[in-house]
Amino acid sequence: MIETVTSFSEIIEARSGEPVRTCYFCQKCTAGCPVVHAMDYQPAQVVRLILLGRKDTLLRSTAPWLCVSCETCGTRCPNGIRLAPVMDVLKEMALQEGVAPAEKKVYALHQSFIDSIRLWGRVHELSMLMEYKLRAIDIFTDIGMGLQLIIKGKIPVLPERIKNLEQVKALYRRTGR
Amino acid sequence: MRKIGVFVCHCGLNIAGTVDVKRVVEAVEEYPGVVFATDYKYMCSDPGQALIQKAIADHELDGVVVAACSPAMHEVTFRKTARAAGVNPYLTEIANIREQISWVHEAEPDAATVKAIEIIETIIEKVRYDEPLEPFSLPLVKRALVIGGGIAGMTAALHIADAGYPVVLVEREAQLGGKMGQLSSLYLNFDTAPDLLQSRIEAVTRHPNIQVLTEAEVTELGGYVGNFTAKVNGSEPFTFDVGAIVVATGFDLLPQSELGEYGGGRYPDVIDSLQFEHMLAQGEIRRPSDGTLPKEVVWVQCAGSRDPELHKPYCSKICCMYVAKQAMAYKQRVPDGQAYVFYIDIRSQGKGYEEFVQRAMTEYDVLYLRGKVARVFAEDGRVVVWGVDTLSGKAVEVQADLVVLATAAVPSAGARDLAQRLRVSTDEYGFFSEAHPKLRPVESLTAGIFLAGAAQFPKDIPETVAQASGAAAKVLGLFAQREMVQEPTIAFVDEELCAGCGLCVAACPYEARVMHPWKPIAVVQTALCQGCGACVVACPNKASSLHNLATEQLLAMMEPVL
Repeated sequence: MIETVTSFSEIIEARSGEPVRTCYFCQKCTAGCPVVHAMDYQPAQVVRLILLGRKDTLLRSTAPWLCVSCETCGTRCPNGIRLAPVMDVLKEMALQEGVAPAEKKVYALHQSFIDSIRLWGRVHELSMLMEYKLRAIDIFTDIGMGLQLIIKGKIPVLPERIKNLEQVKALYRRTGR
Repeated sequence: MRKIGVFVCHCGLNIAGTVDVKRVVEAVEEYPGVVFATDYKYMCSDPGQALIQKAIADHELDGVVVAACSPAMHEVTFRKTARAAGVNPYLTEIANIREQISWVHEAEPDAATVKAIEIIETIIEKVRYDEPLEPFSLPLVKRALVIGGGIAGMTAALHIADAGYPVVLVEREAQLGGKMGQLSSLYLNFDTAPDLLQSRIEAVTRHPNIQVLTEAEVTELGGYVGNFTAKVNGSEPFTFDVGAIVVATGFDLLPQSELGEYGGGRYPDVIDSLQFEHMLAQGEIRRPSDGTLPKEVVWVQCAGSRDPELHKPYCSKICCMYVAKQAMAYKQRVPDGQAYVFYIDIRSQGKGYEEFVQRAMTEYDVLYLRGKVARVFAEDGRVVVWGVDTLSGKAVEVQADLVVLATAAVPSAGARDLAQRLRVSTDEYGFFSEAHPKLRPVESLTAGIFLAGAAQFPKDIPETVAQASGAAAKVLGLFAQREMVQEPTIAFVDEELCAGCGLCVAACPYEARVMHPWKPIAVVQTALCQGCGACVVACPNKASSLHNLATEQLLAMMEPVL
């Protein structure tokens, strides 16, 4: 069944700022997507499902979580639809409505990244990855390469705070985190 | 004794590369009746033509054979050349030694040369027995008949009448307007159809050169281009002469009852697009079953079109655009309603058309679903549409209040019968056939009968008006001639030999042979004769013959090749 078709696409348009209703399904976004092979719904299908009002399907889809925001789709779209902001809206909706993220490790990485910036004002890779490994319960993947990077000095062992950390924290407060 | 000159063309290496042209010239020079023979690189070039004219003057030739390419290519050229030098054009003939010899016998140059000599000799024999002929002229009635009073017929009639020629406009219905008269508003600007139409109807009915016959049909047509005689069965039967005819009989929609899988003719809330136009025109969009306002409306495109298995294989061409218009018009009247359109492809070819369809999607929130509808059935007072959205790969079910079928456009009822009466050909679906799909799109295959609008194939109003204007231009082109010229190479009857058996009348495929009104002989209707020779074969008394292809002449022509 198609339900509240109009309202759902309107909400997505309002929240993402992207004109999804202009899509005519040329599939150029799908054609250029570097991670489409891992997605359950292709980028153009995501737009289609939005227009069909299939919110439940979308909030459980892996596509928004696997999108790497490379912006290839948005750069190439003949109707000027950037899918990265649309995918962000879908992820936000899933979290707000208590739907478990379809890709838990991706969500763990997002959280660790955000935490690292809140703490230091910039990313500190070592502590961020340690947090990620704990969150994702995945301790040993890539550990050898990580050690090599530390030995070669590519990843600093100690974190470095930025000067105006207070400004970054103010941003976090404004988003309610 | 006729003095014949033979001119052998090399056509560069096209002919000379295979055929030994020098040997050909030497051989035909010796042939009886030939007083001059030569060859040249390109006979159709200016120096080549000058060479022919000089030889005609020097040798006082009264017959010319040009051995070159197909007569379809340069017969006219060389006949003109010879005429300018004083030789009757019908005493100039082409021997085709390119298409029929050099191109097909490249591997056997010797045999090709022998064949070229023989073919040229047959044409020499033909010229020996050819009679000098002149094209004859036929009178031309400068009045047009337009069949069909829709926008196509009215447009053609107005253009012809404005140019100063009388027009008889025959309309089957009581009113002018045709299908356009049944429409509400028109894409792209939602112009009101009746307003646009009314100005045309008034112009037609008030025009001093247009005679409108409503509730009338053409029952019989005789004659030929420039001299047709039409019978019309109006309020009083009526016969008149016309020189040209425009067929503008339009289209109909495929009967809904043929679309059982879509509930056509089975459920009151499944209607066709013209019924929906009627609702829009009346300003009342209501479900036929209970008179309530439909909140979920589904349009089914390609209902009977693009379906070679069950219905029509062709695209009806007009539906994509009018469905977008109808869905938008619906949303203008019912803003909180939902409009769905099931389609296979959107074909929006025309100035501003694509943008119009996009507006339906973006500004009016018409939901386009790409996929053919599988089934429409009734359930709990609603019509349920089963389809698929191939873009997401999901099956779709819509509980609709109203389903509008964009049924296939088919030829107007009776079009085939009319075509037979007019001796005009139709395609396998009954649409009138154009003479050439690209170069002669407004002419039928019958001289003097032209086509306008959806009678030829589904067309929207701009295209119809364009074609009707084109048809009018063709009629005016015909009327601009002082008289009509006809080729003289046609059949004739030797009255001494004719026994009046009538076999030739039945044999003639062009209805060019009739019995004399009182004498027991057959006569040729010269304007209709195409010179095919069927009557010559049919005649047991050898009374039928063709000018410049007489039986004795043909036998003489065969002599050299036997």
